[in-house]
Amino acid sequence: MTKRIESLKVIDNKPLKKDFFIIELESSRKLPEMKPGQFVQARIDGSQETFLRRPLSIHDVDFVRNTFRLLVQVVGKGTESFSKLNKGDSLNLIYPLGNSFTLPTKGARTLLVGGGCGIAPLLYLGRYLKSQGIIPDILLGFRNRDRILEYNDYEAVGNVFLTTEDGSAGEKGFVTSHSLLGKASYDKVFCCGPEMMMKAIAGWCRKNNTDCEVSLENLMGCGIGVCLCCVVDTVKGHLCTCTDGPVFNIKELKW
Amino acid sequence: MVKLGFSIGDLQFKNPVIAASGTFGYGSEFDDFLDVSRLGGIVVKGTTLEPREGNPYPRMAETASGMLNAVGLQNKGIDYFEKNIYPRLSEYNTNVIVNINGSCIDDYVALAERINKLDDIPAIELNISCPNVKMGGMVFGINPVSAREVIKAVRRVCIKKLIVKLSPNVTSIVEFAHISEEEGADSISLINTLLGMSVDVRSMKPSLSTITGGLSGPAIKPVALRMVWQVANAVNIPVIGIGGIMNSDDAIEFILAGASAIQVGTASFIDPQASVKILEGIENYLIAKGFSDIRDITGFLNCSK
Repeated sequence: MTKRIESLKVIDNKPLKKDFFIIELESSRKLPEMKPGQFVQARIDGSQETFLRRPLSIHDVDFVRNTFRLLVQVVGKGTESFSKLNKGDSLNLIYPLGNSFTLPTKGARTLLVGGGCGIAPLLYLGRYLKSQGIIPDILLGFRNRDRILEYNDYEAVGNVFLTTEDGSAGEKGFVTSHSLLGKASYDKVFCCGPEMMMKAIAGWCRKNNTDCEVSLENLMGCGIGVCLCCVVDTVKGHLCTCTDGPVFNIKELKW
Repeated sequence: MVKLGFSIGDLQFKNPVIAASGTFGYGSEFDDFLDVSRLGGIVVKGTTLEPREGNPYPRMAETASGMLNAVGLQNKGIDYFEKNIYPRLSEYNTNVIVNINGSCIDDYVALAERINKLDDIPAIELNISCPNVKMGGMVFGINPVSAREVIKAVRRVCIKKLIVKLSPNVTSIVEFAHISEEEGADSISLINTLLGMSVDVRSMKPSLSTITGGLSGPAIKPVALRMVWQVANAVNIPVIGIGGIMNSDDAIEFILAGASAIQVGTASFIDPQASVKILEGIENYLIAKGFSDIRDITGFLNCSK
């Protein structure tokens, strides 16, 4: 799959609750093939403090309109600068990067689990699964009611279940304590979110003998497998999150 | 057409832009972004005799105008390199240089002997300046006695062009440049990263697993430029300038200060096309200034008042 460097046009930048926002980008060229789970490296211009690019998940792709969206949380100065982009501005990306989720076979009972900004790559994954005739259960966890991101889009591709840590919406507790996990069984689980959450889901999957893939977000330098900064310790030794990942089967990880 | 070539002894380089070790993988990672064969050379990832896992994560911290790394020479070792990487490197029409590292002098010598047998590798870069390994690396490069020993031992066996990569973490880098030249180095490249550190105030912990790491990027450019200027004025072998070069003006600063060539490092992380853009920028500069040969501006720095 060919990677490219391109300055894309910001056609929308919509603030969501708290520190979250969705940037929609349009390419002047035909979009390359992009797979669920892949990411972009976005450049920040005009700042010495934010020297490196920032890796951002591909949230959704619309090949008809030739656009795609990034769901981003402000966590520092780099992501803050992206939140201030206006319609008509441009954003320079290296993309598409990384491997992708391994798509299950038709009829597989599939669960997507996302927490916080980790829900970002699951929408495009869900949309893809739906196009393959798989309607996944989608379990989304947030800290509280105020932090729940819009999930209408998710409802269009699967059956959405919610948890909040304080019980202000959906079931109370963490995603791992949701009653769904006590009732249903799955052939495949895909998970993206805080490391604590992914480790808990990985534990549940091991216990239930369920195949599970997680998407990691290690600190990255280059995004193309040359600086070797984003490594994760695996059964095969240190692997790059940017090129060998970001998606790893939990069997590969030393969790 | 302006002439951009330079040479190390009888080894010709088509232009002075070389990709720096540890920032360019083995070239193929950049095939989607540029024609690697346009570059004067590439220095592939630091290679050791045995496979190395490198240091634990986290290995990187962003700092003002730069970054710290503590990768620690992760690589698959010379056997893997020879068998799986070397065969496809010969497809590039450019000088492919291997950066070699060891824990002891015997390691360096053994690596040099292995590279001797690889026809398509015309030069080695002797890395005595990696700050991120406990044994070897910079330990050699900051002590004049051990630096001399390792260069002498490698020179004795090495039939390729020998480039010695110097550490800036010394009181007088000129002393190490003299030692390199006296012991038969064909060229000197400088600088490797500056030893630094960063603290995460939220967790109250060091940002890097190794506490200290190597600083690169534009933050180190003035230090690198000063050292290149000092060294270029002290030795008669070609000097390759490295350190925070982000664009062609940065590169030209080093060339004016006496560097015969430059290496592009961290810049390739932010813009994978940085090296070819720098090459084009140098050419345009020469044309605009009316020079027909880059050698006409090498060391041309006008220090008169």
